Amino acid sequence: MRQLRVYQTQAVVIKQTGLGEADKILTLFTPDLGKVKAVAKGVRRPGSKLGGAVEPLTHSLMTLAKGRNLDIVTQSQIIDGFATLKSDLWKVSCGFYVLELVDAFAVEGSANRDMFELALDAFRYLCQDEDGGDTILRHFELHLLSMVGYCPQLHRCVGCSSSIGSQRNFFSAEQGGLLCSCCGSRDGSSHILSLRALKVLRLWQKSSYPEASRVKVDGKLAEELQQVISQYIRYILQREVKSTKWLQELKKFAVDNTRRGVYNARQSSKTVSDERKLCRLITPGLSKKFNA
Amino acid sequence: MIAVAKPLERLASELSKLPGIGPKSAMRLAYHLLYSPQEQSTALAEAILSMKERIKFCPVCFNFADGDSCPICQDERRDPSTICVVESPSDIVPLERMGRYKGLYHVLHGTIKPTQGVGPDELRISELMSRLQEGKVTEVIMATNPNVEGETTAMYLCRLITPLGIRVSRLARGLPFGADLEYADDVTIGQAFEGRQDL
Ligand SMILES: [Zn+2]
Ligand SMILES: [Zn+2]
Ligand SMILES: [Zn+2]
Repeated sequence: MRQLRVYQTQAVVIKQTGLGEADKILTLFTPDLGKVKAVAKGVRRPGSKLGGAVEPLTHSLMTLAKGRNLDIVTQSQIIDGFATLKSDLWKVSCGFYVLELVDAFAVEGSANRDMFELALDAFRYLCQDEDGGDTILRHFELHLLSMVGYCPQLHRCVGCSSSIGSQRNFFSAEQGGLLCSCCGSRDGSSHILSLRALKVLRLWQKSSYPEASRVKVDGKLAEELQQVISQYIRYILQREVKSTKWLQELKKFAVDNTRRGVYNARQSSKTVSDERKLCRLITPGLSKKFNA
Repeated sequence: MIAVAKPLERLASELSKLPGIGPKSAMRLAYHLLYSPQEQSTALAEAILSMKERIKFCPVCFNFADGDSCPICQDERRDPSTICVVESPSDIVPLERMGRYKGLYHVLHGTIKPTQGVGPDELRISELMSRLQEGKVTEVIMATNPNVEGETTAMYLCRLITPLGIRVSRLARGLPFGADLEYADDVTIGQAFEGRQDL
């Protein structure tokens, strides 16, 4: 069949690399073609028509022309620039993390409308979010894993198929699910999973984000959930997810600052609610400290 | 294929590694040097070697420098109370061409790129912070590029610097001169709106 010379698609730019003096090579994520590599010409010059419409973390409607090697972006119209996300250090960093996972799991030339919607939803929820984004990321990860065939088994032991009770359970990244206490204690690579974490994971795995966000998660539980899922993802990819390090650095940085009293020192000129807002900009969990 | 003498081919293949030079122009340049006087080739070869030997990073601002510190850091007429933060040495050129900025610079040598594992440790950020800790600086101007990574870097630095009691400003963002409002994206319009000024 003859291929169309020009086509239109929704797209989110995953990443850009410079090409020559004025051009960029884009990695796009699209609903029907999966990942697509394309050239955006002249975008590094100020005043380029494409400009902000080919930046990462932007949902656009693009027109592309089939090229010999790479397709060429001829037009790009922004559907949502996620401005709220981009103007907040923590949120934009969460956005980068989502992009990195999409880049790792999406496939070139293979349709994945569900994953496309899932990523857009994550960006939208991050824009609206008031609590810091941890639940958004975990919900995104769990559903992404299901879409690519790595849904973790959370109801039966992956070792002996026995049903899981309220005794001590383990999670095995290698086997992609829960281990009962006897299988788990024999498997040195698995880690204990608390009953609270198990219940939350089971609920999030089958619910939409608005439902998932109703679960109250304290700092310790949030950390356990983050660790168990990121160990699993690291095992699947056989490498680190690079943005994780940056997210952890931002969290640590915010905690150090509060400890040093940097923000308290300025409290005289600001109301407490301003202060809480300031901290929420940096990281989740801190707003709770100010309530205490 | 046309047979070309080996030394000529070798030069052409080196030249074609330069940006914007294809195999044809490379061969043209190689022939040009072959036909031109010996001194011209010697001068060019020496200029390249001495540039590679002598240009180092300025130990203060990490601009390119010949010798100890860069010409800007050495210039006593520059105002040491202001530091303009840029991504790369080449970003200093247009700011100097404008001619209105009299302060100093600090070159980060990149931006934070979370998905590529480029964090603060890979940039000249701790060096910037020790310059600020000396207490002479009252304003830091963020001149990182107005894209997602440049903005992320600027927001991070602002978090680091503000607690020191130093004013942090950002180059005005928004609509480029000659832009059409109709085609501007919501991020750009939002920034232009927030950065509006009295007429
Ligand atoms: Zn078992
Ligand atoms: Zn068992
Ligand atoms: Zn210098």
